[in-house]
Amino acid sequence: MSAAPTVRHIPDRLDKALTSILLSWESLLVLVAVAIFIANSLASPYFLDAYALSDLTFNFAEKALIALAMALLIISGEIDLSVAATMALTSTLMGFAAQFGVGTFGLVIIGIAVGLACGVFNGFLVTGLGLPSIVVTIGTMSLFRGVSFIILGDQAYKGYPESFAFFGQGYVWGVISFEFALFLVAAVIYWFLLHRTNFGRRIFAIGNNQVTAQFSGVRVKRIKFILFCLTGLMAGIASILLTSRLGSTRPSIAQGYELEAITMVVLGGVSILGGAGSIIGVVLAAFIMGLVTFGLGLLNVPGIVMSIFIGLLLIIIIALPILWRRFGWLIKA
Amino acid sequence: MKLSRRLMMAAALSTALFAGNAYAANVKIALVVKSLGNGFFDAAAKGAEKAAKELGDVDVIYTGPTKATAEAQIEVINTLIAQKVDAIAISANDGDALVPVLKKAMERGITVISWDSGVAAAGRQMHLNPSDTGLIGETIIKLAADYLPDGGEVAILSAASTATNQNAWIEAAKKILPEKFPKIKLVATVYGDDDSAKSTDEAKGLLKTYPNLKAIIAPTTVGVVAAAQVVTDAGLIGKVNVTGLALPSEFKKFIDNGSSQAVALWNPIDLGYSAIYLAHDIAVKKMEAKPGAKLSIGSVGEVTLDDTNSAAMAPPFTFDKKNIEEFSKIY
Repeated sequence: MSAAPTVRHIPDRLDKALTSILLSWESLLVLVAVAIFIANSLASPYFLDAYALSDLTFNFAEKALIALAMALLIISGEIDLSVAATMALTSTLMGFAAQFGVGTFGLVIIGIAVGLACGVFNGFLVTGLGLPSIVVTIGTMSLFRGVSFIILGDQAYKGYPESFAFFGQGYVWGVISFEFALFLVAAVIYWFLLHRTNFGRRIFAIGNNQVTAQFSGVRVKRIKFILFCLTGLMAGIASILLTSRLGSTRPSIAQGYELEAITMVVLGGVSILGGAGSIIGVVLAAFIMGLVTFGLGLLNVPGIVMSIFIGLLLIIIIALPILWRRFGWLIKA
Repeated sequence: MKLSRRLMMAAALSTALFAGNAYAANVKIALVVKSLGNGFFDAAAKGAEKAAKELGDVDVIYTGPTKATAEAQIEVINTLIAQKVDAIAISANDGDALVPVLKKAMERGITVISWDSGVAAAGRQMHLNPSDTGLIGETIIKLAADYLPDGGEVAILSAASTATNQNAWIEAAKKILPEKFPKIKLVATVYGDDDSAKSTDEAKGLLKTYPNLKAIIAPTTVGVVAAAQVVTDAGLIGKVNVTGLALPSEFKKFIDNGSSQAVALWNPIDLGYSAIYLAHDIAVKKMEAKPGAKLSIGSVGEVTLDDTNSAAMAPPFTFDKKNIEEFSKIY
């Protein structure tokens, strides 16, 4: 590295450079996931077990479902911090309905409707009134959970119908849980939506330059509104799963889920400033988070050490591509 | 300091675990707590290790989440199921939400008991109460009332609003108030979530809202320290008495400085010790946990299961100026 490069290489296609960066990001995540998988198998004799791997999926499926919609929202340059509170409110209202003998089908409808309604509310405040999403959703985060606390206090709703347990505890085929299957299906849908439709292109356009997008004929507000609705909807669905898995509702349900979902999104390579990211990255990040926490759990690593580890992992994975962009030419030269 | 102690403990435990793997026949009992980094549970883990040493064929896995939530505890239980432990002895963050996952554990042949903070009957084979709910409820009020001959306003600073045990004690305390302590007026119950910062804020709020407050009762080891610190900082020593359930080693300075007259607690070392004995009784000796059954808890004695398969270990124990010095060295 003694001779400084005298001629700077100028790429002839910017497009390609961008794709290769994205590609390398995802390959990096695959590499990390594979490495963690192998490390887990070596470190614990209990890891490579169909039941263990199946149980593992319960640890991240709900958060990952939210992360899918959150990824789109963050790519468009907005954020929703109220998703965990949306889950709490959804769960509380489902529990309330269950007390009056509403059946499983009715509960699912309520879950989806309440989640969607929370999303509509956020979307209206952000796009209708033009308020910043971070402020709005910090507010609704307290509002939605506050309502749950008012309804439930220190009580719990129990007595969900037997068949309701399927969503969070059931298996669709062998050891493949319903939660995991639903996540895979949703991931394919969101992948298609973001990467294969005009709607998806417009999300990127908005995230990169909202004003340009607006002048290019993209209906910015409408698309953002839809994204808030989708995020609320996914939170509603996640709430159905979690409520079913716990078989009960307390107002403190799903506490901290919003940060874990956002962590998955960021770890997945979505730019927190908007405009870049992929669903494959988010899916890989969800797996990585699940594998790391479960793997460390199998070794009985205390949770405190686990948080440190995940924090470090996040910083390293985020820092690597930036360092690569900044200092990569040194290695190439 | 605390973190380094934790890390050393984790290292010691994992070495113990790996050493244990050499003798595959050892019984693996997981002591699952509400959250790590809590002195009370660290003391329970000491008791658990003592029981393991006495029993000889037991490996204790001391574990729990960082956040005191049901969801985080379920993740821990899933990893224990995967490790095929022989028994789980758990202090629950939410007695209902843990039922499905603990049922799954029992279906896979794992003995499940709860201790300290209970799990609903469907999710465990038996529950060990540290003491009797009614007695604890009475004790926490009595601790305040003993130093308020003329009565006055008191407030409760609890853990999370969802904590099974705290809620039961407060319920019992409220029941006993009109009969035995008519002069004591409970003006508020607030929740600090077993979080130092939140408990501090809640305690400050109490002092502001109720200027005539005579005592703060915190039936949680985190809350009681926060409340005593707030009273000390506010210069209200002698005016507001902090009491409740406290770990002697953490609380000694507040008995010494006069912000608290007396606090109580059962012995968490005995509690962890008993939990391991009971899990061992059921998992290894194949003793059946059914109403009326008598189970051994080693040197602590014996417990008898009631109709709900619950048992009480011992009455709470009061610490004041006379004995805090001695007990603060133990836990």
